[in-house]
Amino acid sequence: MEHYNMNLTLKVWRQKSSNEQGYFETYQVRDISSEMSFLEMFDVLNEQLIKENKEPIAFDHDCREGICGMCSMYINGKPHGPWHANTTCQLHMRAFKDGDTIVVEPWRAKAFPVIKDLVVDRTAFDRIIQAGGYISVNTGNAVDGNAIPIEKDKADAAFAAAMCIGCGACVAACKNSSAMLFLSAKVSHLSLLPQGDPERKSRVVNMVAQMDKEGFGACTNTGACEATCPKEISISNIARLNREYLTSSLTAEK
Amino acid sequence: MLNAKIPAGPLENKWTDYKGHCKLVNPANKRKLEVIIVGTGLAGASAAASLGELGYKVKAFCFQDSPRRAHSIAAQGGINAAKNYQNDGDSVFRLFYDTIKGGDYRAREANVHRLAEVSANIIDQCVAQGVPFAREYGGLLSNRSFGGTQVQRTFYAAGQTGQQLLIGAYQALERQVALGNVKMYSRHEMLEVVKVDGKARGIIARNLVTGKLERHFGHAVLLCSGGYGNVFYLSTNAMGSNVTAAWKAHKKGAAFANPCFTQIHPTCIPVSGDHQSKLTLMSESLRNDGRIWVPKKQGDNRKPNEIPEEERDYYLERRYPAFGNLVPRDVASRAAKERCDAGYGVGSSKQAVYLDYAAAIERYGRIEASKEGKEDAPLEEIIAWGKEVVKEKYGNLFDMYEKITGENPYEVPMRIYPAVHYTMGGLWVDYELQTSVPGLYALGEANFSDHGANRLGASALMQGLADGYFVIPYTIGNYLADEIYNKPISTEHEAFAAAEKEVSDRLDKLMSIKGNTSVESFHKRLGKIMWDKCGMARNAEGLQQAITEIQELKKEFWSDVKIPGGITEFNPELDKAGRVADFIELGELMCKDALNRNESCGGHFREEYQTPDGEALRDDANYMYVAAWEYKADSNWELHKESLEYDVIKPTQRNYK
Repeated sequence: MEHYNMNLTLKVWRQKSSNEQGYFETYQVRDISSEMSFLEMFDVLNEQLIKENKEPIAFDHDCREGICGMCSMYINGKPHGPWHANTTCQLHMRAFKDGDTIVVEPWRAKAFPVIKDLVVDRTAFDRIIQAGGYISVNTGNAVDGNAIPIEKDKADAAFAAAMCIGCGACVAACKNSSAMLFLSAKVSHLSLLPQGDPERKSRVVNMVAQMDKEGFGACTNTGACEATCPKEISISNIARLNREYLTSSLTAEK
Repeated sequence: MLNAKIPAGPLENKWTDYKGHCKLVNPANKRKLEVIIVGTGLAGASAAASLGELGYKVKAFCFQDSPRRAHSIAAQGGINAAKNYQNDGDSVFRLFYDTIKGGDYRAREANVHRLAEVSANIIDQCVAQGVPFAREYGGLLSNRSFGGTQVQRTFYAAGQTGQQLLIGAYQALERQVALGNVKMYSRHEMLEVVKVDGKARGIIARNLVTGKLERHFGHAVLLCSGGYGNVFYLSTNAMGSNVTAAWKAHKKGAAFANPCFTQIHPTCIPVSGDHQSKLTLMSESLRNDGRIWVPKKQGDNRKPNEIPEEERDYYLERRYPAFGNLVPRDVASRAAKERCDAGYGVGSSKQAVYLDYAAAIERYGRIEASKEGKEDAPLEEIIAWGKEVVKEKYGNLFDMYEKITGENPYEVPMRIYPAVHYTMGGLWVDYELQTSVPGLYALGEANFSDHGANRLGASALMQGLADGYFVIPYTIGNYLADEIYNKPISTEHEAFAAAEKEVSDRLDKLMSIKGNTSVESFHKRLGKIMWDKCGMARNAEGLQQAITEIQELKKEFWSDVKIPGGITEFNPELDKAGRVADFIELGELMCKDALNRNESCGGHFREEYQTPDGEALRDDANYMYVAAWEYKADSNWELHKESLEYDVIKPTQRNYK
C-alpha cells in the first residue's frame, strides 16, 4: 500500500452544550498520513487547537477497534463515513485525498440530544434494553450448557443479530430517526434462542412501547439503517420484529 | 499486614468448605445494605447483576456513556472452562495446573483452583442468558485451542467472545436496573475512596458531563475497573482504560501487588507511525492455524511470497516443537523480539514477524476437496475452498487487519508484533477478593490474584466472570453480615467532606498550572520510558534510569501541563490529565517492583536472569512471593511479602519444548 500525506479542510459541528445553538467551524489540517485512522486525524487537530489556546473538539470514542460502539461521527453525510460495514474509529485516512473537504456532524436524532460538539446522549438505548432486552435468569439458575442443543443455523442467526454494537448509526441514518434496526436485532437475538422463548411475547411488546416513548420515529422501510450498519445487521430482523410484535399482540393472554 | 485468609483443608475442598461456612445475610437485611461497584466490564456488570438479584442495593459507575462499552467487549478469542466436552482429558485439575504453570508459579493455588472449579458454571450461566456461543451441527457447543494448553477448552463466539459475554452481563445488569435493584451512573468517574474508621464507606465520583463532584455511600465498595496497560501509552486497551480508581484506593491504603507483571501479547498489528494512538490485537486464536516465521537471512527485503519455503525460519516450531505456535504469550512475544533484535524482522520498520495462513488455507482446501471426492482439483480451486473455511473461522479478524493496514491477509502474510495487552498485577486481594482496606474489594483485571506472572489466553474473561458471578456473591456476605448493625452513613459526614475537598483541590491544582505542554505529550513520553525500560525485557540499569526519568517527568507534568476548558463542564482533557497523573506515579512503582524482583518469571524478563538458551530463569528460593507495595508517601513505598506455598503442584522450570 502506497502511503501519502494530505492537507484537508474540516467543517466540524461545534455546540457548547445541549441548550446552546450549534454552528459549523472550519479548520485546516496539514500533513495527515494516509495510514492514520480518522480519529487519529482528530487527535492531531485537537493537539493543534490546544496549542493555539482554542478548545478541542469533544467526540466519543473508546476501544478504537470497532467493537465498543462509542464512536459516532456523521462524516460527509454518512454515519461512520464512506466505508461499508465500518465504524468511525476504523475509517482510515486513505479513504480521502489531498485537498478534500470533510464535513463532520454529530448523530442527529431527537432521542439522541447533543451533549457537546460531536457527543450525543444515547441512554435511550439502555432504557430500551431495560424494557425487556434480556433473559430473566438469575446467577446460579442455569442448567448444563449442552443440555439444550440449538440448531447451528439458529445459533448463527442469533449471533448475527447479537453482533449489534449499539452505536446508533441506524438511527442517525434514518430519515425518521427510527430505532427499529437496533431493537429488532435484540428481539431477534433473544427470540431465536430456546432460552429466550418464555418471555418472547412480553419482551417485544414492552421494548416497542419503550422505543416509542423515547421519541424515535417510525420505520418506513427505506433500508438506510442496514446500508449504514457497521456490523451489517440485516433489515430482515425488522421483518421478524414485526411478525413477533403482531403475533404477540394478537395472542397476548392478558 | 497481609493475611490471604486461605481456608484450611485439602485444596479441592477449600471453596466448598468456605461456601458451607461463610456468614449469610437474610433477605430483609440485604435490602438495607448498599454496595458501590466501580466499572461495568465483565467483573463489574456480573457482580452488579448478581448482587442486585440477591437483593442488595447496588450503585454501579462507569466512565463510558453506557455500561455496554467497557473494554471487556474487545476480547476476541474465547473463554476457558473445564467442561471436557471434547473428551480430550480436560478436568478442573488440568485447568488449575495449566493456569499455575502458565503463570510461572507466581499465583496462589487456592484462588486458581477455585477459578477452575467455577469455570464450568460460567459457561452454563452465559448459555442460559442467551450468549450465542459457536456450535457444532449437532447443536452442541464448539471448542478451540489456546496457547499454553494441550486440550480444547476454549468456548467462543467467532472473534467476538468478549462482546457477547459482556452483552450477556450488561443485559442482566439492565434487568436489575429495571427492577430497581441497581442504579446506574454512566459518564461518571470515581476519584476517591471514602474511609470511615478504617473501612471503605463510599466514593467521590465526578459527573463527566457537568463536572460536578458527587458523594456516594456504600457499606462496601467493589473496584472492577480493569487493568493499567495504558501506562505504556500504546496498548491494546481502550483509550479510556485507566488505573485511577485502583490508584486512589492504593493511596488510601490498599496494597498494590506485582505491578511489574505485564502481559505483552505476541500478535498485534505493528506500529505504523508517530500518530499511532492505540494498538490492535489479532486474536491468539489465529495461532491455532497460522504459522509464525521470519526469513532465515538477516535484512531480507524480498516480499514474503517471494521467499521460498526452505529460506523461512518457523522459529516457534523450531524452538518449541511440543507446543509450536501455541506456546504461551510471554514465550511467543520474547521469541519475536529476539528475532527482530537479531535483525530478522520484516516490514518497513523491521519490527514485525509474519503470521502466515497459506498453509492453513491449503490444508483446509484439501479437506474440503476430499469431502467432495475432488482430490485432483487444481490448486487454485483448493485454495479458494480453503479461503472460504478460513473466512468462516476468522473472517472478522481478517477484515479488521485489512481495514487497518490496507493489505489482504488472504493473499499476503499478516505482519505482527508484540504489544502491551493485559496486566496481571493489580490491587492485592485476599481469598475473599478483599483488598487490604476492609470493605474495599477488587475484582477482575483490577486485582492481582489468579494469573501469576503470565496469563493464559482466554482466561481473563473466565476470571472476570468467576469473580463477579460466583465468588463475590458469597464472600461479600461474609463481610456484610456484620454490617447489618451499621446504618448508612450520611454523606454529610466529615470523611465525605474531606475526601471531596481532596478531589476538588487536586482538580483546581491541575487547572491552575496553565503550562505549555498537552496531556497527550506527557502520556506519550511516559509510555516511551515504560516500553523501553520496563517492557518486554528489563535490566537493573535501565530501571534505575527509568525511575529518575519518571520522577522528572512528574515534576514537569505538575508545572507545565496545559489543560483547556473548565472544571464544571464536559472536559475530556481534564479527565485525561487526572488519569495520566496517576499513570506517572504507577509507572514509578512498576519500575521499582521490576527492579526489586531479581529473577525472570512469566512476563517479567530481567535480562540478567536467563538460561543459556534465553528462557526465563526463576529464583524460587528468594522470590516465590507476591510483592505487595504499601503506599507511604510520594515516591515512597513499603514492600510486604506474601510467600506462596505450593502444596499440590511442584514448581519446575516451565517447559514448552
